[in-house]
Amino acid sequence: MVAATPLTVTTAVKQEFGFRVSDFRRFRSTAMLATIWGFSLAAIIPLLFVFYFVTSKGVGGLNWDFFTALPAPVGQEGGGMANAIWGSLMIVGMAACIGVPVGVLTGVFLSEFGEGKFAATLRFTVDLMTSVPSIILGLFIYTILVVPMNGFSAYAGAVALAVIMFPIVAKTTEEVLKLIPDHIREAGLALGIPRWKVIISIVLKGSVGPVATGVILAVARVMGETAPLLFTAFGNSFWSESPSQPTATLPVAIYQYAISPFKQWHEQAWAGALVLVMIVFFANLITRVIMRGSGVKRSR
Amino acid sequence: MQVKTSKASKTTTAANSLESDNSESKTILTIRDLNAYFGDFHAVKNVNMDVDANEVVALIGPSGCGKSTYIRTLNRLHEEIDGATVSGEVVLNGENIYAGHADPVSIRTKVGMVFQKPNPFPSMTIFDNVVAGLKLAGIRKRSVLEETVERCLKQAALWDEVKDKLKEPGMSLSGGQQQRLCIARTLAVNPPVVLMDEPTSALDPISTSKIEELITELKTQVTVIIVTHNMQQASRISDRTAFFYLGELIEYDETKQIFMDPKEDRTERYISGRFG
Repeated sequence: MVAATPLTVTTAVKQEFGFRVSDFRRFRSTAMLATIWGFSLAAIIPLLFVFYFVTSKGVGGLNWDFFTALPAPVGQEGGGMANAIWGSLMIVGMAACIGVPVGVLTGVFLSEFGEGKFAATLRFTVDLMTSVPSIILGLFIYTILVVPMNGFSAYAGAVALAVIMFPIVAKTTEEVLKLIPDHIREAGLALGIPRWKVIISIVLKGSVGPVATGVILAVARVMGETAPLLFTAFGNSFWSESPSQPTATLPVAIYQYAISPFKQWHEQAWAGALVLVMIVFFANLITRVIMRGSGVKRSR
Repeated sequence: MQVKTSKASKTTTAANSLESDNSESKTILTIRDLNAYFGDFHAVKNVNMDVDANEVVALIGPSGCGKSTYIRTLNRLHEEIDGATVSGEVVLNGENIYAGHADPVSIRTKVGMVFQKPNPFPSMTIFDNVVAGLKLAGIRKRSVLEETVERCLKQAALWDEVKDKLKEPGMSLSGGQQQRLCIARTLAVNPPVVLMDEPTSALDPISTSKIEELITELKTQVTVIIVTHNMQQASRISDRTAFFYLGELIEYDETKQIFMDPKEDRTERYISGRFG
């Protein structure tokens, strides 16, 4: 029966198409490969277009002033987005300071002590939070921070972004730590190393690379968040005197400039978009380079 | 320290018959009425056993008979599993490791363990793997660490193969080398007792014979308790052999005695391959 099957197929294929079964298989293999290549290329095309458009439209608006000067009043030439660039870096930096430690520790808890009802609830909450629309998180921070503090601030913006970052970091950390097999942990315990040291010095240290990748993805994600910042950091046409004041950020500035009726502002919006893409791109690149050679080595 | 067990169970006959031999050699481990559980499942049942210093004890028995669980109670690793509990006494050099005040972490520095799968720590170099136990205990002195690495790798018969690449990752070694690295790592904290849970079952015959040679040499410094599925291995390397079946210690005697003339019918049937 087993031996007969290919024979019948051969005959059938030969009768129907006039070529041998090996030709048919080769054709099918090539067709499948071509499909896979085709779809992969289709997936890259939008990314390439984004790069192309942002670069071609944004590069014209880039100059020294763009990085150093404040926005110019309507009708005046020049001006830049220095306050927005700095504001974005500061808010994302503060958000990372809150979101990364909380996220990593939550991930460690879920991976290392993640049995029982509380952990199951926490895991579900983290999963849920990754899919809560960011505008809703913005409104939430607006209610609990902006209203009581009587005003928009960089602090509120940072907290909103931290709330977006934390579940992403927690989820990645949990998944990555779970890849370290249990017998590695036991080997540590069997050497007379306390469990907390095993977790920090063996489990977490062995996963620095992948955890850092998760952190960078989270940073990149919040770098471009606009909606939650509209309700929290708000925006500012000038330098903020302190983080407790409304603060300009790149995504919000891009949004405001892009919906304005002024052609010159549109150009600035494109330049801002290019700067934003570049920040994310280089943050990714630098982490990759630093992390190369460290992290988990493949065992075989 | 010597709790005489008067109950006429099969295990006590085994233990009693050994007490006469113990007069000359020093007993390092005394196990009394040891039970281990996973939740409600009774995995190890009322085991009594004496182990002399500088001997190799092999534990044999069919899969799931509780031998691995048993040796994991000897360094208190069993209780790290959720729902796992232990009752009974394990006396190491006169000190009950299950006494209320005993600290499981410091016990594990005295009872080392080598696992079935070679498990060097990821992202650590060969050097750091060997001294991981010392470094994480706070010993930082370069000369001490270097000395330990050389001594332990030599003891583990790995020094010549890796002395020029101590800075390479431990994971870059072959399976057999990784296992010897794990043995060196265990020796680095100077434990008087080393437990081995099927240390060669994932290795090829050449690596296996290297590890077996190594165990025979280590005997002068440490006491080895080894779980093995390979009965030839048990007969080659051990001084005494214990046969476990369904969580019970059925027979424990001189290895020669167990393989030539076992007292228990079940032991005989197992080693002659009629069940298990």
